[in-house]
Amino acid sequence: MQSHPMPEFGSFSLLLGLTLSVYALLMGAVALWRTHRNPGDAQALRLGETARRAGIATFVAMTCAAFALAWAAFTNDFSVAYILHHTNKALPSAYKFSALWSGQEGSLVLWSWLLATYGFVLRLRHKVDMRLTAFASTILAGIQVFFLLLLNFAAPPFAIQPGPVAQDGFGLNPLLQYPEMVIHPPMLYLGYVGFSVPFAFALGALMMRYPGEKWIHITRRWTMVTWLFLTCGIFLGAHWAYSVLGWGGYWGWDPVENASLMPWLTGTAFLHSVMMQEKRGMMKSWNVWLIFSTFLLTILGTLLTRSGIVSSVHAFAQSSIGNWFYGFIIVAFAVCLFTYFKQRDHLQSENKLESLVSRESSFLFNNLILLAACFTVLWGTLFPVLSEYVQGSKVTVGAPFYNRVNLPIGLFLLFLTGIGPLLAWRSTSLRSIRRNFILPGIALGVTLVGLMASGIDRPWTEGDNAQAATFSLLAFSLGAAVITAIVAEFLRGANVVRTQTGRGLAGATLLLVQRNTRRYGGYLVHFGIVVLFIGIAGGAFNQSHEQEMGFGDSMRIGPYKLVCQSFSQDSNPNFDTEYALMDVFRGGKKITQLDPEKRFYTASQQTSTVVANHSTLANDLYVIYEGKNPDTDKPVIKVFLNPLINWIWIGVLIVVLGTVVALVPSIHRSAARAEATETVPAGVEVNHA
Amino acid sequence: MLRRVLRSRWLQGAMVCLLAVVMLGANDPEMRYERVGHEMMCACGCGQVLLECNHVGCPDSSRMIGELRDQLSSGASDKKILEWFAAKYGATILAAPIRGGFDLVAWIMPIAVFLMATVGTALLIRIWKRRHDLALAGQPAPAALPHTPALDALRERIRKETEY
Repeated sequence: MQSHPMPEFGSFSLLLGLTLSVYALLMGAVALWRTHRNPGDAQALRLGETARRAGIATFVAMTCAAFALAWAAFTNDFSVAYILHHTNKALPSAYKFSALWSGQEGSLVLWSWLLATYGFVLRLRHKVDMRLTAFASTILAGIQVFFLLLLNFAAPPFAIQPGPVAQDGFGLNPLLQYPEMVIHPPMLYLGYVGFSVPFAFALGALMMRYPGEKWIHITRRWTMVTWLFLTCGIFLGAHWAYSVLGWGGYWGWDPVENASLMPWLTGTAFLHSVMMQEKRGMMKSWNVWLIFSTFLLTILGTLLTRSGIVSSVHAFAQSSIGNWFYGFIIVAFAVCLFTYFKQRDHLQSENKLESLVSRESSFLFNNLILLAACFTVLWGTLFPVLSEYVQGSKVTVGAPFYNRVNLPIGLFLLFLTGIGPLLAWRSTSLRSIRRNFILPGIALGVTLVGLMASGIDRPWTEGDNAQAATFSLLAFSLGAAVITAIVAEFLRGANVVRTQTGRGLAGATLLLVQRNTRRYGGYLVHFGIVVLFIGIAGGAFNQSHEQEMGFGDSMRIGPYKLVCQSFSQDSNPNFDTEYALMDVFRGGKKITQLDPEKRFYTASQQTSTVVANHSTLANDLYVIYEGKNPDTDKPVIKVFLNPLINWIWIGVLIVVLGTVVALVPSIHRSAARAEATETVPAGVEVNHA
Repeated sequence: MLRRVLRSRWLQGAMVCLLAVVMLGANDPEMRYERVGHEMMCACGCGQVLLECNHVGCPDSSRMIGELRDQLSSGASDKKILEWFAAKYGATILAAPIRGGFDLVAWIMPIAVFLMATVGTALLIRIWKRRHDLALAGQPAPAALPHTPALDALRERIRKETEY
């Protein structure tokens, strides 16, 4: 019998990881139960410590398993079925890494390893609050047990391929052979898996009837970092789809995409409403259920896309692990429900809402909008299943449905993004409303009139969809109002700091942000969201043109003229390629040369598009080589002119920057004042009285 | 007041102009082609909208686009064209559930949930506010601070320093 040392090491590591997780779960639970009955039980405390260490050791075991799979990929060990089906010898090294999460089993290894990593960090930082961390650690161990049961019994990544070892593998799906695919899935999974941590803290805090809101302070950074990863993951995926799939868009409302958006929406709602609990002791039940829902949605999304319940263009949609996820989601929901009903008296609000026009009510409406969007996405994803059950026939719920239903919701959200932060806690006076809203109101009116005067309200002359263009007009106008509101907030604050410290505008703004990173980081995030919305709104004015282009043929689209200089073919060990060289002119002047390409991958026998894109702040000239017309042997070229696409990616970068700023601790006000006093120019009097 | 505004000739005139402007170009053939072509999926199973399917040698998109152009030139309405495609290729060819009957539930449900949630939130805020007001009514009113120049200056300073 042939020996497979590395796969066997990997399988052993997974089994060891499962054993350690089961120990961490059971002994952790026993220790918590015993310390609950007798707080001074030293033996129980020691048992709890062994459970914590078992949790840490799970991370080591999972790292060994992940290493074994990576080793098998890099050494072309085609005796492992997973490696045989997802790599080949000619695959570049970076993509051997991405092969590790391009299939069902590998992606579950990544999920489980990331969960173990989060657990490792959490358990190392247990001194923050030992009892609460013990609860969270035990709950995380429970989640880890589920994923390790899957890996050991339902989707083993180290399964040996029967028969003689193949000379070469089947290769990686060509669509995944793109640099972003090396980082997009880990980012997305960091987001998905990361929500397990605030979930574990919230459930643990509820189980132990944690006094006060300290658990929210402990989990705040975890939640924000997780949300940041999920945001990056979603938009890296969108950018990948735009750059690789070659259909000119970036979001197709596929169930896999929807699965990532749903927890993002509820997570965003949680990040907002949790502030009400921190500041005013309100919405405690709501917040607990928001974080429960966010976690359950990450699992539900995985269930939907891996069980074959709904059709998806993504690779591992059909599999047999759906029943496992059904079981887990039912158990997790039952635990949440039981704990909530048992401890709900602990979640009484300390304050009541005092005014309709207040920060609290804006948070309520913000939550309402985000959850309505989440419901729409879930409803659209599940409706084909429901339709089949009721009518006996499946229907497609695609982009037209989501766009029509979500556009008004998105605009309302944009509106709230602007007004929410301008309202005061408890109640906002009419005077304050007048002072804060006059400038944004003027910006909205001027933009609306300006855009209509410039002809943007007659979209049918250029674009495809009049309704979408009308929404775009509203989005641009609202965007202008929100940006004005944000800039005004920065300037107002900076002016106060200037008066206090005598600094210049830039220095005062910097100090302002440092004094309250959370607030001004939040404003930056909102600014990024507005920029992102403007980019999305530009989609209403997309244009496209398709043409057969031989040598010297030309095509016009918008302000550009494309001339085909040549077309040819080439090959290397990984793929054969056909491409065209297109000169791009604007205003009679050559500005660039583009080379759209079509590849045929030898190992996987699949074709892939390599888009050529000339990208500016105003628009993207997006060129696709569609193939050759067999009758004329000339390439068929499709060109899209997509306005404002770059604003989406810039918006995401601003969101990331804002979140990072919000994560940085604020400098203490007194420290800031001391620093300001030291830097005050001579002659400026500072009154600290 | 509202009725008077709605009866205003200016408003009625503006609405007629707006409608006329909106309806302009609605029957442009190329626009109809784009609109209807984005209302259905390609039958090849790629999961993409018909006019966005870009597979080399796709067995279905060219034929379907030809059929779409034929249907458009025959003068059939958008609804009839979509029904023709649904009858030929099955209901899954439509990019959204638009056949009426149970399909309407897909559209009604999100709107109904949204409206119920909005009304529910507004009612909740009202109930909370009323409870808060009742609770305040049972308490003695706090003694108001006098308006001295020093206190007013302090109030103004607090307002300035806390408004950001």
